[in-house]
Amino acid sequence: MVGNHAVSWGASLSRAEVISAYPITPQTQVVEQLSEMCADGRLNARFIKVESEHSAMAACIGASAAGARAFTATSSQGLALMHELLHWASLGRLPIVMADINRALAPGWNIWTDQNDTLAQRDTGWIQLYCETNQEVLDTTIQAFKLAEAVDLPVMLVLDAFYLSHTAEPVDIPDPEMVDVYLPRREPRYRLDVNEPRAFGALVRPDSYMEMRWHQQSAMDRARAEFEHIDREWENLFCRRYGAVESYRTEGADLLLVTSGTITSTARFVIDRRRARGEAVGLVKMKMFRPFPADTLRTLLSGVERVAVLDRNLSPGRSGIFAEEIRAALYDVDPEERPALYGYVVGLGGRDVTPGTIDDIIDRTRGAAAPTREDVWVGLNL
Amino acid sequence: MSQLMIADRVPREELMTSGHVACPGCAAPIAMRMVLKALGPKTIVVMPASCWSIIAGPWPQSSLKVPLYHAAFETGAATASGVRAALDMQGDTETTVLVWAGDGGTFDIGLQALSGAAERNENILYCCYDNEAYMNTGIQRSSATPWGAATSTTPAVQPQSTHKKDILAILAAHRIPYAATATVAHPVDLLEKVTKARAIRGTRFLHILAPCPPGWKFEDDETIELARMAVRAGVFPLVEVEHGEHWRFTAEGAREPVGPYLRKQGRFRHLGEEQVRQIQAEVDRRWNAMRRRVESSESDEDGSLAEGG
Ligand SMILES: Cc1ncc(C[n+]2csc(CCOP(=O)(O)OP(=O)(O)O)c2C)c(N)n1
Ligand code: SF4
Ligand SMILES: [Mg+2]
Repeated sequence: MVGNHAVSWGASLSRAEVISAYPITPQTQVVEQLSEMCADGRLNARFIKVESEHSAMAACIGASAAGARAFTATSSQGLALMHELLHWASLGRLPIVMADINRALAPGWNIWTDQNDTLAQRDTGWIQLYCETNQEVLDTTIQAFKLAEAVDLPVMLVLDAFYLSHTAEPVDIPDPEMVDVYLPRREPRYRLDVNEPRAFGALVRPDSYMEMRWHQQSAMDRARAEFEHIDREWENLFCRRYGAVESYRTEGADLLLVTSGTITSTARFVIDRRRARGEAVGLVKMKMFRPFPADTLRTLLSGVERVAVLDRNLSPGRSGIFAEEIRAALYDVDPEERPALYGYVVGLGGRDVTPGTIDDIIDRTRGAAAPTREDVWVGLNL
Repeated sequence: MSQLMIADRVPREELMTSGHVACPGCAAPIAMRMVLKALGPKTIVVMPASCWSIIAGPWPQSSLKVPLYHAAFETGAATASGVRAALDMQGDTETTVLVWAGDGGTFDIGLQALSGAAERNENILYCCYDNEAYMNTGIQRSSATPWGAATSTTPAVQPQSTHKKDILAILAAHRIPYAATATVAHPVDLLEKVTKARAIRGTRFLHILAPCPPGWKFEDDETIELARMAVRAGVFPLVEVEHGEHWRFTAEGAREPVGPYLRKQGRFRHLGEEQVRQIQAEVDRRWNAMRRRVESSESDEDGSLAEGG
């Protein structure tokens, strides 16, 4: 099953009730398959075929406010177009789930994978979960609804363009009845209801707006613990678990890679090869980016000599975004224990990140006297 | 029609409370009050940014007794499409989903979403209360502002240089089942149109002229008079159109010149006689175009009757 179909199967098994989406490469198969599922009755949902991603998110907002389980999927330009409404969904405390297929932003037109589309939406108040495999994509789509509805925040699940979206992998489709047990019907605390009329989103003055934001933040904090809980519950039913942060062969390592998305699978291969040669290297995979799992990262990375962070993204004028956030998280680690952090910008706009690229990064990290001020760009042809 | 007769035909139930925070003389709350009377309590309001975002009251208050969702400025029709879909999934096909948007949220920034919803024939009622500018942000021009009007972005020395967008024709071109104009000065006509619209499925559009004393610069006890003059002068004909084809005047009568209507409003104060003549010419042109639409609808209907016979 390709990643896009893992998304639509996930949404369908979650019994999404209102779906609204607009096509964009590389997300189109998600929309196509879901509209087929709605058309032939496999999925009992209303599919609103809107005229833009902006309206897709607005329709999800309206549907979710009226109590429905709402889903959409997009990519790149489409996600950027939604920006205002991403804030709306989060501050409106609506448990919408959206899949974003990571794709680079134009100009020039580039349809290949790059994390800048989702990372540019970092501060909109969406939970962000990055996936590595198509099985993880399907499972995470269902988990996302459970998480969203537990904390009243929207969730974005993220997968790499083409490496997942269009690549077929074996995927186990969970038993629908068991999914129903895991994810019962949505029971909203408040909704647009003519029997209990309420106004949502009215003018909020400075005397109460800040409290609203505090509640949003504390829901994010709760999401951190809640995710572990729903992930364990998933494991109990389906024997698979991912973790917000996964450590892979980290025992005794003096050098750790930090990755997200499909680069992780390539990195696993490199780590295995080097471990076989007796080299003490390991890997930390970040699935959850918002809320930021700072505590876990501090625990995993403290005491390690060198950490290399691979960023398929860039905050121009600063650095790779994961590296920057991890640096900040490590600031309050005891200096004796604090690892030297090396940031690498790789694979922008879908450029291949091969085992060779990762070997190069490990070698550079080992060979460096100290981290440079700026991230190192790997694979650049100037 | 006598006052008594009007009162008899207006539902007694109030779904809008007193204590809203509109300016004195504002037509917008009057329009809402009447529309909700006709729709009844099974109504959910979707409200994009506008003066009404304020009129509805700050959190945790509401001047409406029906559910209200404040929506992003440009998303009225799309948000309402989502609300409708959710209600349909819950088996509730009875509740009316009402979009309540200003002219800015309708003619300008929300037009794409509105066109999308109309093209899909979403089962929603979209009301645009038209005060002919962005009033909430301080009287800037919109594409509903009439030619010659001064606003805070089209000052009297360089007033609005384009004619008002023909929003009704745009909606009619989507062939939605029902579209109509109305004003606060014609409550029975307004109520009848809303009642009619309520019973229809699909996208229904109501364009309500809503004079704004500070925006148009007139005395706050002249709101109703101005809306009435706009209709009599042919500036704002009262019409309805079904399926984009069957146009009908719902109030006719002798046309009056446009001058007195303009002269009552400070936003036109700077206009000379020549410019008033230009406006008159444009009003006449539009009126004649409307009359042709109505007449051709009538002859179509005669034709189909003849065929049927
Ligand atoms: C995306 C966006 N742009 C601008 C605004 C600021 N804004 C709020 S209401 C408004 C004007 C509303 O005009 P209209 O729809 O005619 O309603 P009115 O205030 O005149 O009743 C503007 C420009 C906004 N809220 N959102
Ligand atoms: S500015 Fe005009 S439209 Fe807005 S509340 Fe005042 S009178 Fe009403
Ligand atoms: Mg206006």
